Amino acid sequence: MKGGEEQGKINLRLPKSQGKRRAKATGRPLDFALPLSYAASVATKSRVIMVRSNRILNRGGEVDEEALQAVVDLALPRLVDAPSPAAAWGFLFTSRQTVGVKVNCIGGRLLSPSPRWVPVLVRGLKQAGLEEERIIFWDRSSRELREAGFPICQEGAGVRCFGTDASGAGYGPEPMQNGSYAGLVSRILTHLTSAQIDLCLLKDHNLSGLSGALKNLYGAIHNPNKYHDHHCDPYLADLYGLPSFRQKFRLFICEAVRVQYHGGPGFKPRWVEDYCSILFSLDPVALDYVSWQLLDRIRRAHGLPTLEEEGRPPTYILTAGDAAHRLGRCSWSEIELMELSA
Amino acid sequence: METITRRQFLRRVACTSCTLALAELSLPLSSPAGKGGTADPKGPDSPPAEARYYRRLPNLEVECQLCPRRCRVADLERGFCGVRENRGGTYYTLVHSRPAALNIDPIEKKPFFHFLPSTLTFSLATAGCNIHCKFCQNWELSQVRPEQISSFYLPPAAAATEAQRQSCASIAYTYSEPVVFFEYMVDTARAARKKGLRNVVVTNAFIDPEPLRELCRQVDAIKVDLKAFTDKFYREVCNGELKPVLQSLQLLQKHGIWYEIVYLVVPTLNDQEEPIRKMCLWIKRELAPDVPLHFTRFQPMYLLKNLPPTPIESLERARQIALAEGLRFVYLGNVPGHEGENTYCPRCRKTLIRRLGYTVRENNVRKGTCRFCGERIPGVWG
Repeated sequence: MKGGEEQGKINLRLPKSQGKRRAKATGRPLDFALPLSYAASVATKSRVIMVRSNRILNRGGEVDEEALQAVVDLALPRLVDAPSPAAAWGFLFTSRQTVGVKVNCIGGRLLSPSPRWVPVLVRGLKQAGLEEERIIFWDRSSRELREAGFPICQEGAGVRCFGTDASGAGYGPEPMQNGSYAGLVSRILTHLTSAQIDLCLLKDHNLSGLSGALKNLYGAIHNPNKYHDHHCDPYLADLYGLPSFRQKFRLFICEAVRVQYHGGPGFKPRWVEDYCSILFSLDPVALDYVSWQLLDRIRRAHGLPTLEEEGRPPTYILTAGDAAHRLGRCSWSEIELMELSA
Repeated sequence: METITRRQFLRRVACTSCTLALAELSLPLSSPAGKGGTADPKGPDSPPAEARYYRRLPNLEVECQLCPRRCRVADLERGFCGVRENRGGTYYTLVHSRPAALNIDPIEKKPFFHFLPSTLTFSLATAGCNIHCKFCQNWELSQVRPEQISSFYLPPAAAATEAQRQSCASIAYTYSEPVVFFEYMVDTARAARKKGLRNVVVTNAFIDPEPLRELCRQVDAIKVDLKAFTDKFYREVCNGELKPVLQSLQLLQKHGIWYEIVYLVVPTLNDQEEPIRKMCLWIKRELAPDVPLHFTRFQPMYLLKNLPPTPIESLERARQIALAEGLRFVYLGNVPGHEGENTYCPRCRKTLIRRLGYTVRENNVRKGTCRFCGERIPGVWG
């Protein structure tokens, strides 16, 4: 194993609002799908692994596949307390599953997860016994995937990659409802896959405040434009509360290699920081909570106000973790942040 | 035997209807391009039309100024309506010349009861809406993005030509929410007027005053869906606001354009007597007692399937309240055969227009007056 562990180095501070919206510790179990043995071992905390790699960007400014592989191999065993990467993949997924990898490609080639993730995640999932044909990289449209550099493939041998707009995919016939959310959900999530990886990008968002793991889920529904009011709060929490989402998404990965820390969600080169990190968690709320602190720290370092100071705190994260939703954890006392270097 | 869902069935029927309609209309269109649509001669990647009411903001953001929602839209994002997109700091409408529904309807279906009765109207709609009603009857059209539904390439001049060829007296901008296809609507209305056709709009009136004034100059009648008379209902059931709608109604009254109001009575949500009474008093005081008011029957739909259809008694009670408060033309809708479908002379009380559903069985209005007593009947009659 490369690199070393530096737990707690980030020393992120709580935002002011956190005290007001903090989830109450009721003792009721969280409502998200952790593997049982892991859930028992970390019943009181959600683990977030953040791996920093100085090699992650090559000289051409592209994500380096070998470095990415090293990051994943370092993070996953720590995430689930497994002895090896293969054991970690086997812990999270089974050979009988069809696994979707939901990416967020709306930002185009310059602001989307790297296509280098495809071989890395495929190698990992194959270690869990999956055939390549049972792995689907997806987003809302094939065009956006293609423009972000993901090779479209819907049939034949090899890994699949297509949008919800592709023939045979589409949205479900009837709206799904949960709380404030109602809309159609991609059949790639509901029908074509049995487990999911959320592969998102950390970026600023002019309306929601932050785009990360939960915000990536808007790419799985037909009407995200209806749910951006009030910083997407409580809509994102209610969306993730739908069983199709909550039960299938098992692993959350946030690429924070090039962070659009202001001016998002579109690409604005003047506000991009090469942060060279990737975050992993089984809890999207905890992952987004850490991402929020991270984004604020980068913003402060560049002389910008925090998201809350700018009037757009991503409170949907706190709502997702509140006593009514309990979809994950959103306070430092409930999050175990582990910082690693690869 | 193939099993299909209700939604799939409706979609197929809609596609077939549209295709048949187009075939019948002999529109100068090329062959359908996938999903029952018709190819755009400019090509599918041709640039969309620039939106008219918006302003540019720093960092490539824009603020839409078409409706009171005032969406602040970042680059590559869309507004609440889902049909307007910011591309590099320029705001575009994605639905200009792209109707997703085309039909020929009786004008009574809109409903307009005081506007060219017994005539046909060429109805068109694109995807999208700027509010989100839980009871929407056309949600598969209004609550989707343009790329999620089949559409046709039908530029304004072609729409006007076909409406005329089909002997329609007007073009109706309807079904979804015409505010969101404002540019297409206004351009088509201009083309239609050149051919002597009228234009009517069926809208939620959730629109800013300036575009509404422009709209009033281009069209001949507007039917406003007043969803309720409480802001709570607008916010919780429609994701909208009441106040801007009332302001729009006042603007229509001031402008002098012909308009009618529809109030869908939803059991337990907006069927209480007091708000209905307040609404009627407001209409009488702020607008005019002559404004036709239609109370229409709700059917369980979309996200409100748990509610029953509106009891006929609720509709009758609402109508009685309106009449008692002094409104002169109060109707019931979606209740075929009910006496509340008819128009009665407010002076001699005789039946002026007898209707059955969308058909007119008898019309005793002559040059805008009652054939029996000569009372002037407000409306557009010829």
